[in-house]
Amino acid sequence: MWQGLVDLIHNWIPWFDGGLADVLIILIKGVALILPLIIMMAYMTYAERKVIGYMQLRIGPNRVGPIGLLQPFADVFKMMFKEIIFPSKANIYLFVLAPILAFVPAIAVWAVIPLGQDFFITNLDVSLLYVLAIGSVGVYGIILAGWASNSKYPLLGALRSASLLVSYEIVIGFVAVTVVMTASSVNLNEIVSGQSGGIWNWYWIPLFPMMIVFWISALTETNRAPFDVVEGESEIVGGTHVEYSGMFFALFFMAEYINMIMMATLAVLMFFGGWHSPFEGVPYLEGLFAFVPDMIWLLIKMSFFLFLYLWIRATFPRYRYDQIMRLCWKVFLPLTIVWIMAVALMTQLHIGPWF
Amino acid sequence: MINKAKKLIKDFGLSEIRAGMKITAKQLTNDKITVQFPEERTPISPRFRGLHALRRYPNGEERCIACKLCEAVCPANAITIESEMREDGTRRTTQYDIDLFKCIFCGFCEEACPVDAIVETHIFDYAFESREGSVIDKKGLLKIGEKHEKAISKARLEDSKYR
Repeated sequence: MWQGLVDLIHNWIPWFDGGLADVLIILIKGVALILPLIIMMAYMTYAERKVIGYMQLRIGPNRVGPIGLLQPFADVFKMMFKEIIFPSKANIYLFVLAPILAFVPAIAVWAVIPLGQDFFITNLDVSLLYVLAIGSVGVYGIILAGWASNSKYPLLGALRSASLLVSYEIVIGFVAVTVVMTASSVNLNEIVSGQSGGIWNWYWIPLFPMMIVFWISALTETNRAPFDVVEGESEIVGGTHVEYSGMFFALFFMAEYINMIMMATLAVLMFFGGWHSPFEGVPYLEGLFAFVPDMIWLLIKMSFFLFLYLWIRATFPRYRYDQIMRLCWKVFLPLTIVWIMAVALMTQLHIGPWF
Repeated sequence: MINKAKKLIKDFGLSEIRAGMKITAKQLTNDKITVQFPEERTPISPRFRGLHALRRYPNGEERCIACKLCEAVCPANAITIESEMREDGTRRTTQYDIDLFKCIFCGFCEEACPVDAIVETHIFDYAFESREGSVIDKKGLLKIGEKHEKAISKARLEDSKYR
């Protein structure tokens, strides 16, 4: 896929020769990734309002465009024309840095996420590690936003979310360890390749409890309901982004949604066979669905997980802070450690098609 | 011990969570109850008490005889009436103001009126463009009455058998 593009650019502008053409290619790759991502994020907000509305027997947005389809653009334009207010005693530098620190890692993670057999920007050997590492940097955005606002609610929100994210990162790390042990690779491409050969070869079967733990931790990690203590409207209003307005607020918002999409993709890559068709190895259906590009399978599976985000948000009330912490340290952490041992045992005994 | 094990299985099987999610999934496909307001409206009782109006007789003569019963009965003192004798010897109002900010839409004026002159229509979605707009004078009230006479008389007719 990329090679064709690279050749095209080299033929197209031969005098570019080497360096400049490569820069151009990198730029094109970046735009080709970020643009659909942002459109996806915009429509995620629309889907969220629509799905939650339907689950609450409402209709959701339906005024802007047919069935409200242009609503995200209306929101974007509203956000763009809003004034950015700096609180008078805020630390301006950190105040500006915070939304950037939240947004940039959310985008940067996508550099290594493979969306198809040959559809990725970089094939990093430690891509899963990179995803976890860069994903954690996003916490700084929240902490800095809370601190720099010089206001009580953002600070409380930042403290709550910081301790939460740090705790759940450990769980996600351990879950990743089980996946890495199963795939015996830290490369996301190889993790997905290890799951080829139909639905029974995907890692969700041997790692079923880990999948659930991962998903619940992913909800926490992206600050989504029912674990959205960072912005508990009933007690601390908007949490860290109380003092943010206009595009600065939009950056936090975009970071949250892009992280959601990233977590959904990660769940698919680690447990649901990535871009592999679920009909692989099924005699008749495999041929029937052979025409579907591999990226479409990934998008379908991803959409389900994104829907799950909304479904869960529409269903459950917010957890109390100590309950979330108890869940993390007393339930998930022991469970993951036990399962790491189980996976080690399964690896030794070469169970099933997975090990 | 067995109960403890049962609870453990129940908790780790996420049974409560699954039950909750089943309910929301069911609601996803249910009929929606939203009324699309400007296009759709909920049914209104003939007794609904909305914006006020002054009515006229079919021959064009205004009904109000300036008896001031409505002014007297109004619990919010929202009505102000001035009257004089007209050239033909009948008593009519020269001023009939309703302050809609004071009005509590109790409908007493309507009840008190011996000639069904002041009525409350079914209009409830109105707005004022200025502060003074909240006081409707006689001209305005008569205009509302003329415009909505059909709906007003229909509502009175529907309700007449219960009065």
